[in-house]
Amino acid sequence: MIKNREVSITTWILVAFCIINIFFLVTGKLGFDAKGLGIITAVAFTLAMYSFLYKDNPVFKIAENLFVGVAMGYWIIITWFNILKPDVFETLIVPFFNDTGNAPQYIVIIPTLLGIFMLLRFSTKLSWLSRWSFAFVVGLGAGITIPNFIHAFILKQLSFDLLITSNILDNINTFLILLGVVSVLIYFFFSMEHKGVIGGVSKIGVWYLMIAFGASFGFTVMARMSLLIGRIQFLVRDWLGLIQ
Amino acid sequence: MNFFKRTIPLIIAFVMGVLMAFQYYVPHEASQSLLKIVTRWGITIAGFAVFIGVYSLFHLHWNKIKRKLPGWGYSIFVFFGAGITVAFGLYNGGEFFWNDKQQGTMFDWMYFNVQVPAGATMFSILAFFMASAAYRTFRARTSEATILLVAAVIVMLGRVPVGTLLWESLPPIADWIMSVPNMAAKRGILIGVSIGAIATSLKIIFGIERAYLGGGD
Repeated sequence: MIKNREVSITTWILVAFCIINIFFLVTGKLGFDAKGLGIITAVAFTLAMYSFLYKDNPVFKIAENLFVGVAMGYWIIITWFNILKPDVFETLIVPFFNDTGNAPQYIVIIPTLLGIFMLLRFSTKLSWLSRWSFAFVVGLGAGITIPNFIHAFILKQLSFDLLITSNILDNINTFLILLGVVSVLIYFFFSMEHKGVIGGVSKIGVWYLMIAFGASFGFTVMARMSLLIGRIQFLVRDWLGLIQ
Repeated sequence: MNFFKRTIPLIIAFVMGVLMAFQYYVPHEASQSLLKIVTRWGITIAGFAVFIGVYSLFHLHWNKIKRKLPGWGYSIFVFFGAGITVAFGLYNGGEFFWNDKQQGTMFDWMYFNVQVPAGATMFSILAFFMASAAYRTFRARTSEATILLVAAVIVMLGRVPVGTLLWESLPPIADWIMSVPNMAAKRGILIGVSIGAIATSLKIIFGIERAYLGGGD
């Protein structure tokens, strides 16, 4: 009974959606071109995704799986055009087979081979070759991390520009930042029991962390809200044309 | 064989790690071009790695279809979406994939009218779920939870016009929270994370951390 009701609700919504769009296309509110059909497609996906707010349903699942597929396809093509084509195809393969005036860059064979080795992860006999690729990438990342993190995330973060200024409020803020950094670091220092002075300072660190988590939460909520406003604006302005 | 399977990867990681760590302190042109080339190599390898993800996703959905697992019919749409996008991408507006990427093609149309709206809607749905999660999280039972609640409410109200309408000092207070206590805590966390990342990097370079090699021989 409930299932029949849901099928009937879904059908009526789809029929209403089709009627509205046919009306918009016939009256010329939406053009029968790439832009008009694009708006209809985007609206269909937006409404299908929002249907999840009622409950998990087939329309949402179809849209969700299509979205995953399209996103995957997008990344395949972008990887080709942004990475593999300029770095492997055009520098090594094309000059090798055609006379383009540029000599093939044979050095590119190294990352190409390492890339192919990575794909051997799925082979039972040759999967060990993928370790060479992972070792290269992990070693590269580790090597770059050490000096860059020391410079950007430790030394730079520890420098307090003009600790004492003529502005009393700036001085208070600088002191509060200093207190916050030290107390948070002490809170994360587990080699010492958090008792006495250490316990007191780490308690201040917890307060700072709570403020930061609360602020981050509030900030994220507002970012999601602005996305929601954007989608509602799209439906009301670009599709229905109710606002300009 | 163990030499090729375990020792060579450790040597590669050590050489690359030491080379790139020292490269930072050599302000010579050759050092800079080495960084540029090797970073580009890393990106090329990552380009191939995308296909590991593609294979994993397709393998998962293909198995769902093959075994007729619950909801297998929806997996067909993954292949349909990916197939049509890849086909449009390779067609490249009639110029085909071996030429430069064209603008305004059906591939771009798919991106702007399917991926962007669906992605934005997906994330905007979180606004509703965050509201219900906030209700459960923000019950001020302890002093720490109260601080979190107050900070969140101030930042939320300070970012919208109704906040100014309620109390005109709310936006400056929200800005102060973001730029003083929030920044101090983030800075403390960042320093801790950086020390951890440096320690892990050293462990990788010297072969103490070998998780990236995976299991087996």
